[in-house]
Amino acid sequence: MRFVKKGAFFAMMLLVAMVLSACNQPTPAATNVEAKKDVVLKIGGSGPLTGAAASYGTSVKQGAQVAVDEINANGGVQGMKLELLFEDDAADPALAVSAYARLVDKGMHVSMGTTTSGAGMAMTEEVKKDGFLMVTPSASQKEITRFDNCFRVCFTDPDQGTYAADFIADNGVAKKVAVLYDKSSDYSTGIRDSFVKQAAERGLEVVSEQAFTSQSNTDFAVQIQAIANSGAELVFLPIYYQEAAMILKQGSTLDVTFFGVDGMDGVITQLGAEYADLAEGVMLLTPFAADSTDEKTVHFVKLYQTAYQSTPDQFAADAYDAVYTIAAAVKASGVQSTDEKDFNTKLVAAMTEITVEGVTGTMTWSKEGEPAKSATAVVIENGKYVAYKK
Amino acid sequence: MAFVIAMINGINLGSIYALIALGYTMVYGIAKMLNFAHGDVIMAGALSVVVLVQQFHVHPALSIFISVIFCVALGVLTEKIAYKPLRNSSSLSVLITAIGVSYLMQNLAQILFGSSLRSFPKVFRWPSVILGSVEFKMDRVITIVVTFILMFFVLWFVYRTKIGLAMRAVAQDREAAMLMGVPIDRIISITFAIGAALAAVAGFFYGVAYGFVGPYSGSMPGIKAFTAAVFGGIGSIPGAILGGFLLGLAESMVKTFISSELSDAIVFGLLIVVLLIKPTGLLGKEIRDKV
Repeated sequence: MRFVKKGAFFAMMLLVAMVLSACNQPTPAATNVEAKKDVVLKIGGSGPLTGAAASYGTSVKQGAQVAVDEINANGGVQGMKLELLFEDDAADPALAVSAYARLVDKGMHVSMGTTTSGAGMAMTEEVKKDGFLMVTPSASQKEITRFDNCFRVCFTDPDQGTYAADFIADNGVAKKVAVLYDKSSDYSTGIRDSFVKQAAERGLEVVSEQAFTSQSNTDFAVQIQAIANSGAELVFLPIYYQEAAMILKQGSTLDVTFFGVDGMDGVITQLGAEYADLAEGVMLLTPFAADSTDEKTVHFVKLYQTAYQSTPDQFAADAYDAVYTIAAAVKASGVQSTDEKDFNTKLVAAMTEITVEGVTGTMTWSKEGEPAKSATAVVIENGKYVAYKK
Repeated sequence: MAFVIAMINGINLGSIYALIALGYTMVYGIAKMLNFAHGDVIMAGALSVVVLVQQFHVHPALSIFISVIFCVALGVLTEKIAYKPLRNSSSLSVLITAIGVSYLMQNLAQILFGSSLRSFPKVFRWPSVILGSVEFKMDRVITIVVTFILMFFVLWFVYRTKIGLAMRAVAQDREAAMLMGVPIDRIISITFAIGAALAAVAGFFYGVAYGFVGPYSGSMPGIKAFTAAVFGGIGSIPGAILGGFLLGLAESMVKTFISSELSDAIVFGLLIVVLLIKPTGLLGKEIRDKV
């Protein structure tokens, strides 16, 4: 009996020892993770979370957060965890600079730049000075990437105009086109210029060019009448969705195809349920369509919907890709820690070497900071984006 | 044809300006202050229609009446809370207060309803009338007709009723009117109420014409209508009506025949010329300050 008891005692001791060792066993690994946990790679971005363009900033913030959470869930990058810092800049240049300063104060390591172009110009000067790698998801104005350390995920404005003209000509969407653009916006005039140039080269006839300004962006009766008189088959709208929605409403009697670019994204929501039918047949140039059956897109849309109960738009997709691009650059550069010497120089150097298969297409980057990827256009049918068929 | 269409658009736009300008000019004439928050009452009126129809499923035709009542309450309350305590202060303090009230209203609307533009509900479902090659949109026709009715009402009220008489008396000489037993406070409240009611109607037609309203939708039409009031001679009721229509027509004509981008520059240039020739505006009376 005594022996048995002793045996039981030993067995118990053994069990305790085993349990303890089982607890102990991952300790070295755990401390390892603990040590690496201190190395947090902080990605800082800003965008309008208030004001007229609030939808863009919110989308970028949420899209980037989805990517950050996903990367962290998969163990981070090079043992580093990512953290997203996002500030409101109300799409205002001065506020964007102060948002950037706040991000630097919070210990940002890599910049996502600004969401909108207009706000980003002054801010990029600061980024240049500080030498951060900057990958903006959606600031599409050409000059945003004029410095060596600045890159972008979206197309430049002029590129969008060129691609749009090409798409219309290639697919025979229309022959006679009209342009209605915002003369007070760099974004809009930039796309308009390259569209008109490329349209001429591709044999499209620009029969009417109408403009408005940010001071006169509520009444489009005159411009719509002029387009109706011009006999245009298609109206190219290189503008944002708020004005586009107004034009769709005020020009509901026009018998034309409306063709927009990335700023048109969001027009269905803007019109509201009662007027959603006005968006039917509207086309837009976009590298991202949320209802695509592409595996990566389906995956991203699902993650985004779970987190935010809404469907991601192109800004969210650009931001998701921007975070993955930064992660890819970190990986390719081989840096182990943010304290490393030449941390940002190494990341910048890695940018032109990486290939990122994102939800907005497969991208590589030129030294100038421009992505190379293909553009497609979608048509709105039953309130959804579907691929355009001839 | 282009000319006729530009005329209709101009009169439509002018109707909205004139409705708002009436509020500016009446308040200026009677309370001797520039109520820069007046433009935001338009926004409040239009947004309240959106909220009533979309969130509370009120019939659009009924919503306009509720919106008018709401704006009248808003206008009278603002006067009581913000302007009345400053009645004997310098006009500059009152002006700054009005600008403050304007920002307060814009930001309150932004907090309550978000910053984005909201789609204005469908109100008039009647088809357009086509005469020859010109299309008369029903909403334009209704805007113009209702504006004319309201204007005649205001003119009748000011020139043919006892309260109107009191208003004119206060406008002419506040102290003397007070000594004659005119209840100044009530008269000023009534003025603000009429101005706000007209602004609510203007906001409604603004929403109908442009399809979208947001927290800042009132500021531009507010500035334009203020211009119209100055153009016609601030303090003069027929002047505000004339100024509103002239400004709307000028804007529409310049947009159609000269340049859609330069329209504001040309229209405001015109205003400067008019004020150089006639500093008191088209129908304004020259009043010498009594020392």
